[in-house]
This record gives sequence, C-alpha cells and structure tokens, in this order.
Amino acid sequence: MIPGSFDYHAPTSLDDALALLTEHGGDAKILAGGHSLIPAMRFRLAVPEVLVDIGRIPDLEYIREEDGHLAVGGMTREVALEDSDLVNAKYPLLADTARVIADPLVRNLATVGGNLAHADPANDHPATMLAYGASVVARGPNGSRTIAIDDFFVDLFESALESNEILTEIRIPTPPAHGGGAYLKMERKVGDYAVSAVAVQLVLDGGTVSSARIGLTNVNPVPMRAKNAEAELVGKAATDDVLEAAGRAAAGECDPSGDLRGSAEYKRDVTRILTKRAIRKAVERAKGGN
Amino acid sequence: MSRHTIKLTVNGEAVEKEVESRLLLVHFVREVLDLTGTHIGCDTTSCGACTVLLDGRAVKSCTVFAAQADGRSVETIEALAADGTLHPLQEGFWEKHGLQCGYCTPGMILSAKHLLEKNPDPTEEEIRWGISGNLCRCTGYNKIVEAIRYAADKQRESTEEVSA
Repeated sequence: MIPGSFDYHAPTSLDDALALLTEHGGDAKILAGGHSLIPAMRFRLAVPEVLVDIGRIPDLEYIREEDGHLAVGGMTREVALEDSDLVNAKYPLLADTARVIADPLVRNLATVGGNLAHADPANDHPATMLAYGASVVARGPNGSRTIAIDDFFVDLFESALESNEILTEIRIPTPPAHGGGAYLKMERKVGDYAVSAVAVQLVLDGGTVSSARIGLTNVNPVPMRAKNAEAELVGKAATDDVLEAAGRAAAGECDPSGDLRGSAEYKRDVTRILTKRAIRKAVERAKGGN
Repeated sequence: MSRHTIKLTVNGEAVEKEVESRLLLVHFVREVLDLTGTHIGCDTTSCGACTVLLDGRAVKSCTVFAAQADGRSVETIEALAADGTLHPLQEGFWEKHGLQCGYCTPGMILSAKHLLEKNPDPTEEEIRWGISGNLCRCTGYNKIVEAIRYAADKQRESTEEVSA
C-alpha cells in the first residue's frame, strides 16, 4: 500500500516549521515519529498534501526535571521513557505506560508528543497524562502557550492544537512523597490497542487517599477522566469496598463500543477490574515512596 | 509530487539517490538498492518482517519514508555476513534451527542485534520481550529464543577473550 503523493519538508528550526504550517494551513500535517500517520496514509485514511517532518529540529528530545515537574520534549521517543532511570524511579505510571505502547520496534521511533497530538482515545498516553494532571506546551507563530490536559482532548482525533501549532513539551507534575501511580492495560497481544486500560495517580495521607486522578484508554470516544471513580476514592481508605465502588463507577461512566476486542459490556467489566487493580498498585507504590 | 535527493549510508556504503517523497524505506532498500533480504510481510506496521537498523535502532522500514533516512545510517540483513563469515546471530539461527520458512528471519535477527547491543546478557523473558514486535508465522519462537541466546553467549565469549 502506497501513500498518496505529498510535498515533503524537513525544516531544521521550529520557526521554519511554523512558517510552513502557517503557509499551508490545513493541507499540512506534522510528521513526528510517523507511527500513527504513516499507517493512516498507507490506508489513504489520511491524504495530506504537505508533510512537515519535525524530526530534524534540534532540542525536541529530552527528559528532565525542572521547577517541580518532569519536562518531556515533544519528539522524545517512547524507548527513551522506557530506558530512563529518572522515569523508572520517580514516575512509575509513565514507565508502566511506555512499556506497553505498541511493540519495541514502534517504540524506537514513536514519540510522546505524537501519541498525544493524534488525540486517539485508543492511544495510551492520553489516559496517563490525564491521571498525572499534565500540561502541554504548544508553540505557534505568536509564541508558546500552555494547555491543561483536561482541556486538550476535544473530540475523536481532535485536540486543542491549532493547525499551525507544534506540541513542543509535556509537563508532568512531580509526585509528592506519598504519591503513587500505575497503568494497567489488557491487550489481546503485544502491539494491539487496549481492550481497556486504566491510569491512576494518587496521594496518600496516612491511610487515606487525599487526592486521585484516573484516566481511561479506549473505552470512550474521547480520552476521559473517570471522575465518578475518583470521587468514590478521595477522602477514603482504599478498602476492598471502596475499590469496588470506584471500579463500578468507572465502568458506568465510560462509553465503550463493541468491536473485535469485545462487547461494550465486556469492556465495562474489564474497566471495573483494571480500575481496582490499578488503584491497589498505586496505593502500594505510594506506601513505598513513589 | 515532490522528489528529493537523499544521501545516506547503507551497510557502510555511501548512497545518493533521487526519490519520490512518498517512497517508503522498505521499497527504497528492496527496489532501488536491490537488497531483497528485507522482507515485506503485513504492510501494516504489525509484523516486523521489514525490520532494519536506522542509526543502530531496530525499526519497521515500512513505516519510515526514505526521505526521513536522509543523512542517516541504514543496516540491513545483507551487512551481517559481509566478509563471508556468519554473524553469531546467523550462526545461532543455523545451529539452533531458529527458522522454518525463514520469512521473519531477517527482521528477527536485526531486532536481536539491537537487543544484544543494549543488553548483551538477556534473560529468556528479556529476549521474548525484545522480539515482541516481530511475528513468526510458523510460530517457531522457542527455537528463535534459543538462537538469540546462543549468539549472546558466543558474543560474550569473544568479548571476554579480547579483554583477557
């Protein structure tokens, strides 16, 4: 399968890339890791007239802590998260997520920024970033703006990014001392999208969950937070009854579609169970210090 | 339709060609350079038969445009026995019967090469994890894992000999 024809540009600065995006408007697509876009182009689901490859712009691949958050450059490859000592030590929810995205070959090229900007509810980073309460930095012709992740996912495959903006950085708040998180995904096989997956990030105060955010993967038309599940959890000790209530709330508030991966009813039940397990794992990690 | 002149290194040799922007790296390697050891399997970024090393990283060449490889280094299966001697991985696949139909083998070997560079002494689980992007339609995974383990041992032995 051969993609349609397009003009290819490989700018070496953000300014040049932004100028190209402004010039071509909606006819242009940004090429980052290409592992969502190129398959879509081969199926002719995407037929962009212009591709702006941002892979030659320096300084968009990094993972570092600064000012109370983890800064991840938009072009950072998934494998870099997987291999990062910092991520593995202090951001276990992110480390869990990176390890289950597609397969190792894909992770060698696929980018964190692309995973978010594609705004695919089947992608894994949206739920994780919702759980972290992350923010996204978008650079446009008039400078940069920061978008809260809760405002980022607008619709199916539609984010808050304008057509002439580039996602340059993701900022993840550094969890406090008694914070913990986990990502649990059920997939039929390596490389498949999730039947369902649940991201949890919480803080413990003594035996009580003092705050919690939960994100869900591939069980809703738009990446979503399970706010009802969060409400069942916050202010309480994570007992079996509380976990069950949170799981049932998540199952009730998502809106999965039946497909090859199972019926809607099945996916709701998987979501219930994964929510419970992810909370339990996040609590264990919070007790352990991260 | 736009065309680009790309300059890259393929199996250690400098290559300069004019290509259409939509030409995929796998087609560039097979049809422009006539290196047909790289196979096309699923054509949908799923199977890993088309795996090559791009700047040393194992990637699916069906999901990279040739233009993206401009200025970079590509290594295909043809490079491994370039001097006529089998690479330890090739020897491992031979000794341990790591192939049946052979279709996935070039991709398996290149994924394994990248894995062993990152992790010279992998456990069985780490090997299985490392090749989890490569599908074997004969489902002969046990022999493939043994073949990679053979190569890991052989490479470590030769490294120890050099350092001793």
